[in-house]
Amino acid sequence: MTLMMFRRLHVYALALMLGVFCANLARAVDPVELSDPQLQQRYWDLSHELRCMQCQNQSIADSPVGLAGDLRREVRELLLAGKTDQEIRDHLVARYGDFILFRPQFSARNAWLWLAPLALFLIGLVVAIRVIRGRAQLVTEGRDEDPEDRPLSEQRRPGPSA
Amino acid sequence: MNRFILPIGAFALLVVVLAIGIQRAPSKSIIPSALLDKPAPQFVLPELGSPDLNFDSKSLSGRWWMLNVWGTWCVECRAEHDMLLAIRRSGVAPLIGLNWKDEDPAALEWLAQLGNPYERVAADREGRVAIDWGVYGAPETFLINPAGLVAYKHVGPMSEEVWQKEFLSRLPPADAPAIMPVPAPTPSAGSSPAVPAT
Repeated sequence: MTLMMFRRLHVYALALMLGVFCANLARAVDPVELSDPQLQQRYWDLSHELRCMQCQNQSIADSPVGLAGDLRREVRELLLAGKTDQEIRDHLVARYGDFILFRPQFSARNAWLWLAPLALFLIGLVVAIRVIRGRAQLVTEGRDEDPEDRPLSEQRRPGPSA
Repeated sequence: MNRFILPIGAFALLVVVLAIGIQRAPSKSIIPSALLDKPAPQFVLPELGSPDLNFDSKSLSGRWWMLNVWGTWCVECRAEHDMLLAIRRSGVAPLIGLNWKDEDPAALEWLAQLGNPYERVAADREGRVAIDWGVYGAPETFLINPAGLVAYKHVGPMSEEVWQKEFLSRLPPADAPAIMPVPAPTPSAGSSPAVPAT
């Protein structure tokens, strides 16, 4: 075993230790477990797709902040009250806005954001087709270049001047 | 030449869009309230320092009022405190405190030491009312109109500038209501500033 390999092993071991440590940390954030396994699964899913508004880049499931704990309690209570996932999302969006959702929903207000990529793709497609068709036509006409690309002196006499 | 117009135009458009995005970037950490122009959530909570006394937000319906979310654990709340005292002295509209996830003794001591800018203080020990109001960090200050709708929400410490620009400009200028007759004395009367009697 060369020294380099040995060093690399060290790094892997360290990464593994760090990973285990962090996993434990994450679990320690939310010790509550619902007795019904189905509810627990929905609770897990929901709490991972709701943003902690205080820390903003963590879900409420991952954040140890007090507000995240309060929001988890809110989600649990709504689950136990028999609300659907969508009702719970709507309940929180009504209070905190779309920002609380990590997976934003389609709405009239953000429709353009959802549709813009599709529109841009279609524009690109149309442009590409027109360019390809134009090139193909040049080839069938026996020209392999755009007249504009020629020196000015030749542009006056379009077509092959053989 | 013609063939360059479209790409250059598209590029210019992109520059404009991104420039606007960058310009507005700093305000992105502040999330506008989802409750704007919507009914302010009603709540009944025990008053700070007197658990058998309830504060009911309905008691303020029909008038302009403000809700300030604070806690003794909140550093920026201390920074805005003098401004809140000035607002109370101005007597433009009642300022209600929502003492968020705090402890009564600490909160009472805070008010005794720094002065009490609030008409009444509701104690939200479990943070449920704060969730209903979409609070995500103290201090936050809401402005509620006589129809009971949230007219404005400011996140962060109240300043003279914010007060002038966002609050006073929305409040009716001439017939600004005097501070409401206080139904129950605020708990820490010791150092509270003078209340103009009505």
